[in-house]
Amino acid sequence: MALPEVKQNETDARLATLTMPDGGCLAEARHAALSRVQTMGLPGRRDEYWKYTRPDTLTAAEAPTAAVLDSGEAPLFDEFDRLKVVFVDGVFDAAASDDLSLEGISIERISDICDKDIHWAKDLYGVLEARGQTPVARPLAALNTAFARDGVAIRVTGTPSKPVNLIYRHAAESSDAILHHVIRVETGASATILENGPAASRFNKCMEIDLADGAALHLVRAQGRDHERRAATHLFARLSTESVFKSFTLTVNGVLTRNEAVIELTGDDAAAHIAGACVGDGDFHHDDTVFITHDAVNCESRQVFKKVLRNGATGVFQGKILVKEGAQKTDGYQISQSLLLDGDSQFLAKPELEIYADDVVCSHGSTSGAIDEEGLFYLRSRGIPTSEATDLLTLAFLAEAVEEIEDADIAASVVDRLEGWLARRR
Amino acid sequence: MLEIKNLHVKLEEEDKQILKGVNLTVEAGKVHAIMGPNGSGKSTLSYVLSGRDGYEVTDGEASLAGEDLLEMEPEERAAAGVFLAFQYPVEIPGVGNMTFLRTAVNAQRKARGEEELSASDFLKEIRAKAKTLKIDADMLKRPVNVGFSGGEKKRNEILQMAMLEPKMCILDETDSGLDVDAMKLVAEGVNALRDEGRGFLVITHYQRLLDHIKPDVVHIMANGRIVKTGGPELALEVENNGYADILAEGV
Repeated sequence: MALPEVKQNETDARLATLTMPDGGCLAEARHAALSRVQTMGLPGRRDEYWKYTRPDTLTAAEAPTAAVLDSGEAPLFDEFDRLKVVFVDGVFDAAASDDLSLEGISIERISDICDKDIHWAKDLYGVLEARGQTPVARPLAALNTAFARDGVAIRVTGTPSKPVNLIYRHAAESSDAILHHVIRVETGASATILENGPAASRFNKCMEIDLADGAALHLVRAQGRDHERRAATHLFARLSTESVFKSFTLTVNGVLTRNEAVIELTGDDAAAHIAGACVGDGDFHHDDTVFITHDAVNCESRQVFKKVLRNGATGVFQGKILVKEGAQKTDGYQISQSLLLDGDSQFLAKPELEIYADDVVCSHGSTSGAIDEEGLFYLRSRGIPTSEATDLLTLAFLAEAVEEIEDADIAASVVDRLEGWLARRR
Repeated sequence: MLEIKNLHVKLEEEDKQILKGVNLTVEAGKVHAIMGPNGSGKSTLSYVLSGRDGYEVTDGEASLAGEDLLEMEPEERAAAGVFLAFQYPVEIPGVGNMTFLRTAVNAQRKARGEEELSASDFLKEIRAKAKTLKIDADMLKRPVNVGFSGGEKKRNEILQMAMLEPKMCILDETDSGLDVDAMKLVAEGVNALRDEGRGFLVITHYQRLLDHIKPDVVHIMANGRIVKTGGPELALEVENNGYADILAEGV
């Protein structure tokens, strides 16, 4: 079916600004992805899946500008021993990065793989993204697969001694970065991936993760700081038997952020925990959209999303748990909550459950509310000023999501960062 | 120390007068008990003194060591030396007990222009005080009051009182929900804090708490006023005969 004229024009305009890398083992996946984009068209306001979030600035031909800010504070995760992989405005920076060799893990640039005829990543690049196009179209992810020139292919074969930190730096005011990462964690292997930084004035990132039997991956990312950036990210993960995937995302401001996670539990006894905490001020718009499919027995999924909004900020949560026929003993939990610190902010939520198995435990809840006045008075009665008491209660509200971070030191550094943000806003 | 003159208070949201001219003076070093039937205004008095929203003072005064309490925000009253041990301490998930207490101690010190307590000094002090109150380290690490038993919550209130060292301690029905052993423990904590520079206002329904915390003065409150004041024997009289006779006299 032909696209509506407006959508066709917008899609054509965007595609005209991009050049697909030539040849290599990923060429087929790229062309297939381009074909998906051309068929779906880029998202528009009339698309049901984007009803709460305006995609215009994410799809416009030219990237909007965003000032390069330096808050003076050390980047998150700087205090940890980790392997640094640095991208500046979406381009790998070898000089700023560490030597990429580390026992138990191999890290290669996607641009290097492009030149090869055969590579393991060929079986993953664009594959999970393509699977994640039904029942909902995700054209920005397909666009990413088609045009990403950089990113990393990570293969975890053991248990690396330290986390890999993907660091995204922003240096040009109108940078338009597209990064695509693929991660394969082999049987019984495990790793931690950290991501942080504002990346670019406009950032389109896609990460495909394939977990083999008994594999584990922990992903902790921090998006931006106080920044005018716009970002659309997609996380596609497939979990095999007894594998574990835990993801936590901290988002602090930014004009527009849309984070989509598409998780498939395809092996028995697998567990996926997807969590996010965001704090936003003013014209901040933050959208978490999650789709979890249970397609195996005795799997567990948790979605925990917390948003703190003030001065007119907007938060969106769209989360779905689909339990397929035969996925018995599924334990699915989904909670999305927002703390509205004033009457101007808003939270829009669409939690969904779709269940075709009869022996499952699934729950979902979505709430928004103001600060707890009882708690506030209790803290003030102990001498804590209102602003500090509000911050304490705000951190307390976010705690359930932060607790999803497995490493206590990493969790503590995330809390420190949140405390700093809250203190600066007093 | 605490001086309350002709205090009239009504609920903000409804036209209901709760306190109808309370007069009370608590001297430093003294323990005053307030007893009275339900609905007499005892808890309202404690909330008004600590600055809780929802109450409107329509007349009267309340001061601590000469400072007008009614002009202050709750945190300012706390820094000035008011401490309210809640009847139902609030649960605050996600805030560690230790973090909360350290924030409170240092906020008060800062407000008074004192140097903040270092992490190690704070730890030493809280450990010592927790030991006296038989509060185990695990309880200090848990979120404020979350999952605490009734006794643990009240002991936690007394621990806060011990750490914050207020001038005026107001205990709002601290005995509710406590078994005999827990009550003894809480009372021991209170008694350890009794000194010449500190006043206590112990609000209670029953004599049994006063068996452990010996009051210097006992007041009976009814219908928004203090209707009778006496020594410790007044509490015993209430225990033996109830409020009926006293109320009849008071009216």
